[in-house]
Amino acid sequence: MLKIDNLHVSIDDNEILKGLDLEIKAGEVHAIMGPNGSGKSTLAQVLAGRDAYEITAGTVDFQGEDLLDMEPEVRACEGVFLAFQYPVEIPGVSNTYFLKAALNAVRKHRGLQELDAMDFLKMVRERMKMVEMDESLLNRPVNEGFSGGEKKRNEIFHMSVLEPKLAVLDETDSGLDIDALRIVANGVNALRSPDRSFLVITHYQRLLDYIIPDFVHVLVDGRIVRSGGKELALELEERGYGWLEAEVAKSPVAANSVGA
Amino acid sequence: MDAAVAEVTNSYLAAFDTAGRSTSEPKSRPGLRREAMDRFAALGFPTKRHEDWRFTNVGPLGRSEYSLAVTPGKVTLEDLSLWIYPDMARAVFVDGHFVAELSDLEGLPEGVRVGGLAEALADGDTVAHEQLGRYASFDEQAFVALNTALFADGAFVSVPRRVVVERPIQLVFVTGPEAHRMCFPRNLIVAGEASQVTLIETYAGLGEDNFTCPVTELVADAGAVVDHYRLQQERTDATHIALQHYHCERDSNVSSHSLSFGGALVRNDVRAVLDGEGVECTLNGLYLTRGRQHVDNHMWVEHAKPNCNSYELYKGILEERSRAVFNGLIHVHHDAQKTDAKQTNRNLLLSADAMVHTNPQLVIHADDVKCTHGSTVGQLDADAVFYLRSRGISEEAAKSLLIYAFARDIVDRVRVEPVRKDLEEFLFSRLPKGEIVRQAV
Repeated sequence: MLKIDNLHVSIDDNEILKGLDLEIKAGEVHAIMGPNGSGKSTLAQVLAGRDAYEITAGTVDFQGEDLLDMEPEVRACEGVFLAFQYPVEIPGVSNTYFLKAALNAVRKHRGLQELDAMDFLKMVRERMKMVEMDESLLNRPVNEGFSGGEKKRNEIFHMSVLEPKLAVLDETDSGLDIDALRIVANGVNALRSPDRSFLVITHYQRLLDYIIPDFVHVLVDGRIVRSGGKELALELEERGYGWLEAEVAKSPVAANSVGA
Repeated sequence: MDAAVAEVTNSYLAAFDTAGRSTSEPKSRPGLRREAMDRFAALGFPTKRHEDWRFTNVGPLGRSEYSLAVTPGKVTLEDLSLWIYPDMARAVFVDGHFVAELSDLEGLPEGVRVGGLAEALADGDTVAHEQLGRYASFDEQAFVALNTALFADGAFVSVPRRVVVERPIQLVFVTGPEAHRMCFPRNLIVAGEASQVTLIETYAGLGEDNFTCPVTELVADAGAVVDHYRLQQERTDATHIALQHYHCERDSNVSSHSLSFGGALVRNDVRAVLDGEGVECTLNGLYLTRGRQHVDNHMWVEHAKPNCNSYELYKGILEERSRAVFNGLIHVHHDAQKTDAKQTNRNLLLSADAMVHTNPQLVIHADDVKCTHGSTVGQLDADAVFYLRSRGISEEAAKSLLIYAFARDIVDRVRVEPVRKDLEEFLFSRLPKGEIVRQAV
């Protein structure tokens, strides 16, 4: 579904991603872990199409097409979804207006009919229940005055309505208490399916207790330095990132050993 | 005063000699017109050296030759179809003159008078004679002086005590098909004690390069409820310099909505005097400018008595090389304790060439008051645009949604449904993807 090959990304002449390779097949859940500043969020933003980043080398193939060549909205319509680390507040645009406009754009692109108001509301109510969100948040401006947990749940709610093929979750767990974390994880798990893939970016192993990944990758200094199964996350939890960072420092070309 | 301006000023003096003198004036103020003309002659046109006119150059007025519209131009009801609301009572003024054939004043409640001011003065209407010219001071205001000296006619609305006018009244001011004309509509609106009325003042134009200089005195007597809308829909080559003076007596509730889209050079002076306890005064404004339009809103809210509230919210959306000025003064008098005054001006610049000058001012002489003011000038939030796009909404649609969202609270405050619908439609038509916004909202 997604194939990233030798991706180099800079911002203001600072190289953040320095040759990243990653392949995600349909139905797989991949986790990317890594210390702060390793490039995790950059990867998420680049996949969603943020234009502040400069791609200096490499390719990203999404379902046989060049993802980097698409506008952000085309990526979304093709099925890429990014749950933002910091969801943006949009005063004056209600959650419902926003979702209706987004869903209609996506459906139109996919050759589906636009949903009428009744069907839309029915679907939206159903999906809200999944993330245990209060219905009053529907009529409030997008994310405005939402608590941290509500914002993250709202992201998962948007994801559930837009039904992407590839969902990138950028530190959706950060700042959540254990109850909110469970709710978010349940929302994600309910959407897991053989034709939908997830890229879960996190700093902590905790989330991966609830969203069990098929693969775990460690990102250090703009490169994936180790990949493995879910037990790699546990190893990182115990040992931290220091030993991997030290290995990278020793040999600039890190061994990409697959543990699982 | 330089020579060119002096010459033009002289042409206004000449206009006064041919037209102004012959027209009637209020019995309560004999000699008012002469006094006003003399004052104008002394003041002359303001220049950029005047504090109140620093950012608005009325120089173009000095370079144009306008002829005073002594009679109304030829206009049919069809010409007005874009601007009139069919379900409202309507008084139409062409080049500043009341035109009965274009008006529809059937079915007004008993005692309510709507029509031309000249006629009201001619037939000796007591309210007109008592109230006209009492509020809009021309001591320092050259254009008010000019209007007072030269007005031929205008709207007169008088609502007696305790009468509720359910149907909104539309006052349509249109300049006729002729080019380079000037007119000075003079409007007097008096809402009697505990009465209620909704008024829509529409300014529009047919002819090229016209200059309209209206003055509206609106008096809300004790406990009156007035909802006043002002729609600036003139041609984009028109010059418009206006004063609205709101005089609010005890316990009155006055809301003003200024929606400004047309005109090349537009200046709106809004002066609200809260002259009795318990007044609530709301001043909302929205200006949308593009091309080389210049819109200047000068607000002056005067809290003269205790326990009054004033809420001002003006928003601007500027495109291309357009300019806007907002000057908001709140003046709280010595004994106006427990004043609650709030003023906000927000501006959205959609082009790097657009520019706005915003200047909130508070002058407070009382010590137990709550006054806040704030102004912002900004562009569309790039993070918000990206966030919307990342959910599948096109860049243009994302921007359209955000622009509409910016204007939305002003739209929501418009209580007269056909006006609100009109405003919405106008906004949709101005947005790059208005259709998507229409469907979303």
